[in-house]
Amino acid sequence: MQQYQEIIRNGLWKNNPGLVQLLGLCPLLATSSSLTNALGLGFATMLVLASTNGVISLFRQHIPNEIRIPVFVMIIASVVTAIELLMHAYTFALYQSLGIFIPLIVTNCIVIGRAEAFASKNAVLPSVFDGMMMGTGFCAVLATLGAIREILGQGTLFDGADLLLGSWATVLRIELYQADSHFLLAILPPGAFLVLGCLIAAKNAIEARRKASQVQKTSIQRARVTQVSSN
Amino acid sequence: MSFRIASSPHQHSLAQTPALMRTVALAAVPGIAAQVYFFGYAVLIQIVLAVLTAWASEAAMLKLRGKPVLVRLKDHSALVTGLLLAIAIPAVAPWWIVVLGTAFAIVVVKQLYGGLGHNLFNPAMAAYVLLLISYPQQMTSWLPPTQLQHHAVTGADPICLVFSGYSCQGFSVAQIKADVDGKTMATALDTLRNDLTSGKTVTESLQQPVFDGYAGLGWSWINLGFLLGGLFLLQRKVIQWRIPVALLGSLTVLSLLAWLADSDRFASPLFHLFSGGTMLAAFFIATDPVSASTTTKGRLIYGALIGALVFVIRSFGGYPDGWAFAVMLANLSVPLIDAYTKPRAYGHRPGI
Repeated sequence: MQQYQEIIRNGLWKNNPGLVQLLGLCPLLATSSSLTNALGLGFATMLVLASTNGVISLFRQHIPNEIRIPVFVMIIASVVTAIELLMHAYTFALYQSLGIFIPLIVTNCIVIGRAEAFASKNAVLPSVFDGMMMGTGFCAVLATLGAIREILGQGTLFDGADLLLGSWATVLRIELYQADSHFLLAILPPGAFLVLGCLIAAKNAIEARRKASQVQKTSIQRARVTQVSSN
Repeated sequence: MSFRIASSPHQHSLAQTPALMRTVALAAVPGIAAQVYFFGYAVLIQIVLAVLTAWASEAAMLKLRGKPVLVRLKDHSALVTGLLLAIAIPAVAPWWIVVLGTAFAIVVVKQLYGGLGHNLFNPAMAAYVLLLISYPQQMTSWLPPTQLQHHAVTGADPICLVFSGYSCQGFSVAQIKADVDGKTMATALDTLRNDLTSGKTVTESLQQPVFDGYAGLGWSWINLGFLLGGLFLLQRKVIQWRIPVALLGSLTVLSLLAWLADSDRFASPLFHLFSGGTMLAAFFIATDPVSASTTTKGRLIYGALIGALVFVIRSFGGYPDGWAFAVMLANLSVPLIDAYTKPRAYGHRPGI
């Protein structure tokens, strides 16, 4: 149980792939121009992470150590291809709007990073769970980034959610404000860097504050016993 | 008889930040005056808005960062940043454009990087790029010179335009930009670009009313104003000659070569030197002591790089004027330039 708690804490906060490891920046920055796109790619990455971690952990005794990286890449590429075909079949519009970034999940460093660092050394269940938690952490950062950029750049939320969830989801679209000219930069790549920088800064600020309060609690007031001369 | 005894250094230089920044602001006056003469007093509203925003955001950021507020505000660097941005953006752009831009320049580009002396980019130019790619329509709303305006912008019109987007009679910026035939009049650089892409030659294009023979009507005087201010800065030793000379030199040489090769497709060097923001950028923006190169040779390379980039952007790029992009790209190359041009200390071997 202790192990699973640690995995949750690592994936969602302490070792978050988007905010701390800064892995997979390319899809993180390129597909987070709207909340729908972000969720689509986030879910796809999470699925890939969970299944590749499971498969690699299953075969970890049989993969020769010298050629483990090519083997990992083969497994990851097959899983990504399967997921790409699934998205092609069931969420075609989203598949088109995410474009090259779905096949590019193969090269996402989080996937191979978790395979090397966790799945190749742990049992199947914890590995699948680690993949899910890392994926959730990544997906959460992606979704936050997407939401902020969409609000700044278009004034909407869940625009095009029907691409991901089916035609009923058009009701999810929220128009927050209507402006004559939108803040285009938020949708363009520089906006992604700026917003991600702010998110990382916010995370570090929260950590620093938490650490400071912990230090205050544990520090002991030292009593001076010797006389201090005051001249 | 008693002498006042002070410790060294005994030579005093007046070249301290507040004095330098005051001189820079003062030197911009001729150019601003020309801008007011040709385009109305709207630019003064922009300057006031920009400077107020710059002070407010600088004070807020200094307070948040726990630095002394008044001491840093008095170095006038925020004032110069706001001033340069206000001059660079179109005079009748909506008020929130300049407020947003100045706040971004001070908060993100300057203070988040560590305040004066630590910023990687020229704050005014980074803000200009932010505005240009975010709000292209508002950032190209330059009015034609007062002499050509069909609906004259007079009286309180500049105030109405800046704060509501319409003149007091209710004309929009687009309507004021239109000439008698309803055709939109743009800046000299825009007009030349549009004419060249529609197949006219440079000579044919220069017949249009927005030109006064060799450069844009009014723009040549504004550039002369900034050239005057720049020479004043040189004379007061606020800036050194290397960056402006290298910059104007490379722009002149490149445009001369292109013009000699094909004078129908490329504008003359004179047009390049006295159009858009050439002199403002050469003397006031590229010479920013923080984001420019700091070595002797490096300054020549840095200036020449900006000049070349501007020529390329103006002649082949998608934007009519490329000062902001050129300066930012050159800012990015400064660490590299400085590393390769670091002067050799006596007794040390050459090389980096």
